[in-house]
Amino acid sequence: MAETFYISAYTTVFDRQVAINGEVVYSSEASSFATFVKEAVKNIQVDYPKFYKMDNLSKLTFTAGEYLLRNRATVEDTAVILANRSGSLDTDSRHWETIQDETNYYPSPAIFVYTLANICAGELCIRHHLLAENAFFVSDGYDAESLHAYAAYLLLSGKASRVLCGWVELFGEEYKAVMYTVERTGILPHTIEQIDQLFLI
Amino acid sequence: MEELKEELKGKIIEVLNLEDIEVSDINDDDSLFGDGLGLDSIDALELIVLLDKGYGIKLSDPKQGKAIFESINTMADFISKNRTK
Repeated sequence: MAETFYISAYTTVFDRQVAINGEVVYSSEASSFATFVKEAVKNIQVDYPKFYKMDNLSKLTFTAGEYLLRNRATVEDTAVILANRSGSLDTDSRHWETIQDETNYYPSPAIFVYTLANICAGELCIRHHLLAENAFFVSDGYDAESLHAYAAYLLLSGKASRVLCGWVELFGEEYKAVMYTVERTGILPHTIEQIDQLFLI
Repeated sequence: MEELKEELKGKIIEVLNLEDIEVSDINDDDSLFGDGLGLDSIDALELIVLLDKGYGIKLSDPKQGKAIFESINTMADFISKNRTK
């Protein structure tokens, strides 16, 4: 008989709101993503100077991770599976802007290091000491079937005892994060239909 | 020289996105790396860009950076002796 897994918690970040398990826990009237996300982490007293040096995709991922994992014990063998549509295009564009003027050619190292989408997964792992494998996929849309299959494989194979999954999409001022953890106990069944449902909440 | 030091503090805060740190929080002889401002290797690269962009100084030997970026005092001293703009 197939083993049953559960979604143990989930968080969403979009439209200037952060919700945990479907309940809005923070909302803002900020006029920009940068202001909103900064206020959102300050709202939960996060003291992590590196946050302010991250690109916007990493800030979005970091914020979702903070709300999802705060007040929960660290589980080091947590795997991370993230996905989005735009990859690191937002930061790629910012880097491109710094190298357009030959007479004022100063590419920023701090921007350049974020021109890979999976850096945000690394930031999450560093922050929360997540030591199991991690992966970042770029796909046209939210792919519940793949997220479900990969998370189940990681748990069944014993490669991780918790899997943190997420859709972290950002380009310009358009953003949406849906992040959840999968374990052997939890509050919702770990099914493709349920994962799809999280995206609609 | 004092004006240059204050200018440097402001630029470092801006360029390195040092949240919640004011110019008045940085002492001239504070370590910029390690236990001081806690800057990292990417910050060091940004400081090299800052020297080039702001003061026309190209570091030919990156190893020089360790001594130059020790503190605001050492940075200001190096800039005042080598600036081209």
